[in-house]
Amino acid sequence: MPADSPDGASASNPPIAPDDAGILDDAEIRRSLSRMAHEIVEENHGTGNLVVLGIQTRGVPLARRMAEQLNQIEQSTIPVGSLDITMYRDDLHRNPTRSVGQTDVPRDIDGKVIVLVDDVLYTGRTVVAALDALKDLGRPEQVKLAVLIDRGHRQVPIQPDHVGRVLRTSRRQRVTVELSETDGVDRVTVIEGTAP
Amino acid sequence: MKHLLSAADLSFHEIIEILDLAEEMHTVQSRPIKKLPALRGKTIINMFFEDSTRTRTSFELAGKWLSADTLNISGKGSAVSKGESMKDTMLTLDSMGVDAFIIRHSGSGSVHQAASWVKASVLNAGDGAHEHPTQALLDAFAMRRHFREQGVGDLDGRTILIAGDLAHSRVVRSNVLLLHTLGATVQLCAPPTLLPAGVQYWGAEVLDDFDAAIEGADAVMMLRVQKERMSSAFFPSEREYIDGWGLTPQRITTMKPTAAICHPGPMNRGLEISSAAADAANSLVLDQVSAGVAVRMSVLYLMLGGEGEK
Repeated sequence: MPADSPDGASASNPPIAPDDAGILDDAEIRRSLSRMAHEIVEENHGTGNLVVLGIQTRGVPLARRMAEQLNQIEQSTIPVGSLDITMYRDDLHRNPTRSVGQTDVPRDIDGKVIVLVDDVLYTGRTVVAALDALKDLGRPEQVKLAVLIDRGHRQVPIQPDHVGRVLRTSRRQRVTVELSETDGVDRVTVIEGTAP
Repeated sequence: MKHLLSAADLSFHEIIEILDLAEEMHTVQSRPIKKLPALRGKTIINMFFEDSTRTRTSFELAGKWLSADTLNISGKGSAVSKGESMKDTMLTLDSMGVDAFIIRHSGSGSVHQAASWVKASVLNAGDGAHEHPTQALLDAFAMRRHFREQGVGDLDGRTILIAGDLAHSRVVRSNVLLLHTLGATVQLCAPPTLLPAGVQYWGAEVLDDFDAAIEGADAVMMLRVQKERMSSAFFPSEREYIDGWGLTPQRITTMKPTAAICHPGPMNRGLEISSAAADAANSLVLDQVSAGVAVRMSVLYLMLGGEGEK
C-alpha cells in the first residue's frame, strides 16, 4: 500500500469524488458477501466450527446475511450472534454516556472459529474493542475479520481477512453503509464532511 | 444522570433505558467471566450507616463487575464512630478523588443533603422512611419480566397492590413514584395505623378490603413489618395481623393465575408472608434479588460511564 499523504490520499490513488453517490448498490453488496462467504468456506474447509458474530449495529444484519450465504453453500446451520463493544471502547470516558446494544453470543465459543463481521473498517479501534470483548466471553480457536468496506486510515495494527471492497477515502469523507434491515435500502455512499 | 436520589428524578424514557440496559447486564451474571471494563479507573464508595446485606452486596458486585474499585465504609469502624460528622467524612473522601457515593442512612432526606456537599455523584440506597429508588427499579425489572413471560404485556396498565407496613417503608414511596411514571395503577392496603401520613396525596388508591384487592391485582407486593422501627404496638397481635393483612396460603389461591408475588426482603416468614406464598411458583422474591445486581450495574453505567451530559 502506498504511503498516505496527510489527508489520506496519494497522487496515484485520489480519494473518491463526492458526487460518486452510489459506490455499491444492492447487487454489489450481495456479490461481495457471496464472494467473502465462498472465501471463508474454502479457507476453513467447510463451515464446521464456525460462529458468525456481527458487531453492533450494521455488522449484525451483515452477519445474518453472511451466515445465510454460508449455510446455502454448505447446507449447514451456523450459529449467528451479535457483539456490542460500547463498554470496551477506549474513548468511553471521553464522551457522554453511550447507549449499549445487545450482545447475544452463543453459549460456548471455546475452540470455535469466529468470523467477526462489520460494515466499515476504518481506524481499527472497534475491532480491538471487539477482540477485548471476545476475550471475556471465551477462548475461540481463531478469530477472522470480514468487512464490507475497508476505507483505510488504520490507527492500530489490524488487518481484515475478508474484504468486500477497498475504498480510497480521505479522512474528511464519510462512508455510509445503509442496509435494508435497518435503513430500508442497500447502499454504500461516500460524502464530504468530517467523519464522526 | 449526575445523582439518583429519588424515583421521581427519572422520566419514563430514562426508566426504560435503565431497565433495557439491565437486561443486557443480567446476561453478564450467567457468564463464566463476570466482568465488563466500562468503569475501569472509577472509584465507588458504599457508605452504609444502616445494616444491609442484599443492597450493599449487590451494589458492591455491580461496581466490581463493571471494573470499578469499590470500597465499603460503615458507621462503625470509621471516623464517624469517633464523632466526625457525616459531612466531614464525605468531604474527606471526596477530596481523595472518589467518583460516586452510594449512601444508606436512617435520616429521611439525608442523602439529598449529602449530594449538595460533594463533587462526586450520589446514589440513594435508602434514606430513612423516605426513598430507595434502585429497589423500585429492580422490582419493576422483575415484574416486567414476569408479565412478559405470562404474555400480559408491560407494566403499563397493570395493577400493583402494595400491602403491609407502609408507614416505615421507603420502598413503597419509590415504588409508587416509579410505577406511576411507568403507567401502572398502584393500590395500597395496610392497617390504618401503618398507613403513612399524607398517603391520600400520593395519587395511589388506598383500599380497605385486602381480600378483594388481591383478587384484582397483577402483582401483590408484601412489605416487611419493621419491628425494629416500631416504638409501640401498631397492631394488637401478630395473629390478628396475619388474619387481616398476611399473604396466607388461602389468599394466594384467590390471585389471578398470571399474578406475581413480590417481597423486597428480608422477609418475616409466617407474618406478612406465608412460606407457601414466598416459595410459590409465581413468587419473584429471588428474581428480585438477582435483578438487583443487573439494575445497579445499569444505573452505575449510565451515571459514570461517560463524560458530560448526553
